Amino acid sequence: MKSRYDVLVIGGGPAGAIAAGTAAKAGLSVCLVEKRPAIGAPVRCAEGLGTEALAEFTAPDPCFISAELRGAGIVAPDGSSLQLNSQMAGSKVGYILDRKVFDRELVWRAAETGADVAVKTRASAPILENGAVKGAVLQYCGQTMRVEADVVIAADGVESKFPRWCGIDTTVPVREIMTCAQYLMTDIDIDPTLTVFYVGNEIAPQGYLWIFPKGDRSANVGVGISGLKSGSGHRARDYLDRFVASKFPNGKTIEYIVGGVPVCQPLACTAADGLMIAGDAARVVDPLTGGGIYNAMFTGRLAAQTAVSAISSGKCTKDVLMAYDRGWRESHMGKTIARNWHLKEYFVKMTDEKFNALISSVSTLNLEEISTKNLVRELIRKNPLVLGDLAKLALSLR
Amino acid sequence: MLHVFRDVCGYCGCCVSVCPEGALELIDAYLEVGDNCTGCGICAKVCPLGALEVKDEVPV
Repeated sequence: MKSRYDVLVIGGGPAGAIAAGTAAKAGLSVCLVEKRPAIGAPVRCAEGLGTEALAEFTAPDPCFISAELRGAGIVAPDGSSLQLNSQMAGSKVGYILDRKVFDRELVWRAAETGADVAVKTRASAPILENGAVKGAVLQYCGQTMRVEADVVIAADGVESKFPRWCGIDTTVPVREIMTCAQYLMTDIDIDPTLTVFYVGNEIAPQGYLWIFPKGDRSANVGVGISGLKSGSGHRARDYLDRFVASKFPNGKTIEYIVGGVPVCQPLACTAADGLMIAGDAARVVDPLTGGGIYNAMFTGRLAAQTAVSAISSGKCTKDVLMAYDRGWRESHMGKTIARNWHLKEYFVKMTDEKFNALISSVSTLNLEEISTKNLVRELIRKNPLVLGDLAKLALSLR
Repeated sequence: MLHVFRDVCGYCGCCVSVCPEGALELIDAYLEVGDNCTGCGICAKVCPLGALEVKDEVPV
């Protein structure tokens, strides 16, 4: 590791890896630091990603794809269900990734492109000059190092600290953290091409429970509930254990996964002098689905592209780096987050009776493209009375 | 004060994201509690596993 780089990336998840790879490809000197000893582990993810979302960044490689999806099912509190199919017969709608391999692959590619990588290396403080970020103090196996950089990209995940040390409040409101528990289970009866979502206040208050296939008889079985609904005796793990005991009593758990997913609005500002914030650290997870992989890669790439032009202009101040903040907010991704936050606020207040009415109103939906937008639009069309109060949102779904 | 049940903790960082004081830090598989922890208990509430508990100081 050198003592100076053009770009220092903190965090080796999808946001950091794509940021480092993008900046290195443009010819900048880049270092990516990851505090854990291994990239991709431990997994804290249900691992779902849409076909097109993946294609925007890489070709699908069997090495990091656990399952190919053809549809989705939603199960109401009363057990009635709705199946979503793509209109394009036989088309893949998405994947369940193997994040351990996927994340490592992305970092590998960044390294091959020329980025330096340091694992088990933790940023412990920013280097600040007159309030501007100029690098970071790093800890590696008891050694302290100072690494200067023109731009720091903080991609330090849900447990992000770096922006906070720079004076940016990243606190997630309690009611908007999804507290999650998941088992990777095997030897269970599932449809290996279908994701299944369970909703309702008994099964997952203000969240949902999921079965995401990882193979013919394996799946990520997990639940996320609002932090507001979590407490002693009724935590995410309690909900998961109850479901697993009734649904998959003979299944075997081969991995135990926990995590928090921020479903709040994104940070008010994701750029500062010498600093950009990307991925979960920027709170750019889709608030309705909890999906964060694509948004992390998108913001990571845009942050790196912004760094490239800022560095070539010789000015990495906040006013220049704000192009990044504006860029993602004005993008399709940014607009989807804004819209889905409002949808999420609507759905978390929904009663079980309403969920039952809604889901039993239609047993199969054939959508041109499976997306939350198309799903909600169809549900509103079929349930004008039940979802009448969603009407004004419907306008934005056109 | 905040007590961490280290054999229960899944070191996921969920608690770190909600701490209003910025008192928690996840260092690989070790949750560090800073001196600025006020014992508000928000972290204990959201923990998916129940690894955190605010305990009253024992009077001397």
